[in-house]
Amino acid sequence: MLQFSKFKITLILAVLLLGLYTALPNVFSAGHIANLPSWLPARTVSLGLDLQGGSHLLYEVDTAALVKGKLEVVEDATRLALRKLGYTDLSVKGDRVTFKLRDISALEAARTALKDVAVGMQLDIADDGNVSIYFSDAELAALKKAAVEQSIEIISKRIDATGTKEPTIIRQGEDRIVVQVPGVGDPQRLKNLIGETAKMEFKMVDEVAESTGTAPPTSVQLPVVDKDGAPGQKLWIRKPVMVSGENLTDAQQGFEGGMPVVQFKFDGIGARKFGDATKANVGKRFAIVLDDKIISAPVIRDAILGGSGIISGNFTTESARDLAILLRAGALPAPLTVLEERTVGADLGADSIEAGKRACLIAIAFIAVAMVVLYGLFGVFANVAMVLNGVLMLGFLSAIGATLTFPGIAGMVLTLGMAVDANVLILERVREEMRNGRSPVNAMEAGYREAQATIFDANVTHGISTMFLFAFGSGPIKGFAITLLIGIVSSVFTAVVVTRLMTSIWLRQARPKALPL
Amino acid sequence: MFKPIHLVPSGTRINFMRPHKIAFIISVIMVLGSFALVFTKGLNFGIDFAGGVIMEVKSSTPVADLAGMRSQLDNLELGEISLQEFGAPDIVLIRIPQQDGGETGTQAAVAKVKDTLGSDWQYRRTESVGPKVGDELKSSAVWASIFAMLGIMAYIWFRYEWQFGVNAVMALFHDCVTTVGFFALTGLEFNLTTVAAVLTIAGYSVNDTVVIYDRIRYDLRRYKTLPLAQLINQALNETLARTTVTSGLTLLSVVALAVWGGEAMRGFSIAMIWGILIGTYSTICVASPMLLYMNLRNIGSDKGKPAEATVQKA
Repeated sequence: MLQFSKFKITLILAVLLLGLYTALPNVFSAGHIANLPSWLPARTVSLGLDLQGGSHLLYEVDTAALVKGKLEVVEDATRLALRKLGYTDLSVKGDRVTFKLRDISALEAARTALKDVAVGMQLDIADDGNVSIYFSDAELAALKKAAVEQSIEIISKRIDATGTKEPTIIRQGEDRIVVQVPGVGDPQRLKNLIGETAKMEFKMVDEVAESTGTAPPTSVQLPVVDKDGAPGQKLWIRKPVMVSGENLTDAQQGFEGGMPVVQFKFDGIGARKFGDATKANVGKRFAIVLDDKIISAPVIRDAILGGSGIISGNFTTESARDLAILLRAGALPAPLTVLEERTVGADLGADSIEAGKRACLIAIAFIAVAMVVLYGLFGVFANVAMVLNGVLMLGFLSAIGATLTFPGIAGMVLTLGMAVDANVLILERVREEMRNGRSPVNAMEAGYREAQATIFDANVTHGISTMFLFAFGSGPIKGFAITLLIGIVSSVFTAVVVTRLMTSIWLRQARPKALPL
Repeated sequence: MFKPIHLVPSGTRINFMRPHKIAFIISVIMVLGSFALVFTKGLNFGIDFAGGVIMEVKSSTPVADLAGMRSQLDNLELGEISLQEFGAPDIVLIRIPQQDGGETGTQAAVAKVKDTLGSDWQYRRTESVGPKVGDELKSSAVWASIFAMLGIMAYIWFRYEWQFGVNAVMALFHDCVTTVGFFALTGLEFNLTTVAAVLTIAGYSVNDTVVIYDRIRYDLRRYKTLPLAQLINQALNETLARTTVTSGLTLLSVVALAVWGGEAMRGFSIAMIWGILIGTYSTICVASPMLLYMNLRNIGSDKGKPAEATVQKA
């Protein structure tokens, strides 16, 4: 039991050295790591957002709104396509657009007319003239998937434009997106940037409705945003879109007469459309509409033919810059809802690290003193193992790129107490064997042998509950579970194998007549 | 080197079995009481489960003006906002309950509070959980607990005889339920971290139980004639040193966490302290004596032979 082959000793030392090697970078500050020789690993334990500060945001892509929007577009297109055919009851009902043809003989004509409307959709024309247009399950899934992917792409562009480093943007489940951004100075601004749909449209103001007060169904009343975003004036806007944000190629924040503005450029098609529209409407007002809110409604003085222009509204430098970012990145395909937010300031993160370190060191001190008082020399061995266990945990966490969270530090502290448990079990057993009159070597061997199964059982049951915590926990709790799991494995190694090696070397060197236990 | 201290002197013989009926009664009362408390008084759910918003803010003045803040925030009509000094006199924890209007309402509340308080405060932490995620977190916490218990039961079943498995899980259930009851009684916030603590306690409690069961099984094979009560008592005494030392050391590290680990860790550490105490109690006073009623003798003896047949002088 206490005999170690050369091979085994080498293996144990190799594991410890590997742990030391991978844990080493954590001792240095970020600045020092860059100057370290290249044979040293540069990976440190990555700190969770709760320790380094940052925002964790869980968004849901409103796919219901997306589908509804698509169906409304189809409804409008259907109305246009069926101008020459008689129909009744055209509407969006649930997940489909339905209507009834007056003349059953026009079934084929309707099919031809709707061919271009129902692209990527199912078109059902029943013999009694009932027609429905809808997405099949596969088409719906593809639509949602595309919307989520496109949203992720647009969110990345928006966050990148703010110069934030290392954002994590990943899809979760069917229609959710997790955004994790370390070290955010202004989380509200980040949320505004991500959450804004940013659908930009240039439309004409309905001057007739404005002066008479009665509006045709082709016009809607939209609010004008003033500086505070408070509800203010409203304007009648004609529904048809002159040019939309899709035709923008660039947008930048600039100044005009000392006031912050957004300068934009259209692509070829956009420039032509904008030029034509402004030429035909000189002297009238048009509206720049962002997410159904009017940013500004300037009067067209001349035809704008160059394909570029300026949006001046009630901007601050920052809000103009953010709008430019939004316009450059493009509009989200569907609105986003924040389901969960966890934002931690860098200060609190640093405080947490300090508190965690302090608790860890004090716990180590407590345990170390107690172990020496209770078990003397063997307590020292156990303490060495405890420290090695800490090193191994740190090294392993660094090597697999796991994230250390604040609860994770609690996991480490807990592991300390539980790690020495294996030694307590062994040493108490050894004492018992000594009382039964065994020789030192014999008692040691019996202690390790008899305690082994118990240590194994105790740690497996502990591991089981931790694994379920890992499987079902979220965020920081996962971090807690992973440190605890790693701690369970590494503590069995250090507390059983490493202390045994130390004990066997000591026994061979000292050849004691009685164990100091 | 000096002579190490023996925390439990060798030859200690405490009769743990004698008061076991009283312990059973106390435990049953505690478990029933916990249920009663949870259902009547209820748990003080944190935002993880109840939804809502937490904001930790730091005042620019050395002492936060709680009264001023309250009068400002009460005008917002966001329901019952609670303000609490959090770890230091200049730090305030603001709790805003779940808002009508689901996710959007919650976000609007955050923005409103920030607008009202303005830039005099430094926002150290903002956490908001909408109703959807709150429900999901709740159900995943429940599933995690159920699966953890089933997993532990299955393992003990596989490693030991069924009597041990059933008893260990009963003890585990006892520890978890009374921990939850402890939270209901004290009104400490019950959140995701608490669930983590409860599951850690579950692991710890079984760990403790397994060590003693191992010993009981070992002794069952060694002393075939010893009356069961005496045998269990002997196993408890033999492992007593280990039980006290390990519980003591784990308790030390958790106390370190509670005192020096910062305000955010306090709930977790307090739960753990309770869990370690109750886990040790239940192992010694509940899980082990209960084996008395489980007809264990058939296990330790040779297969097939009735228990009486092995009664002879060892």
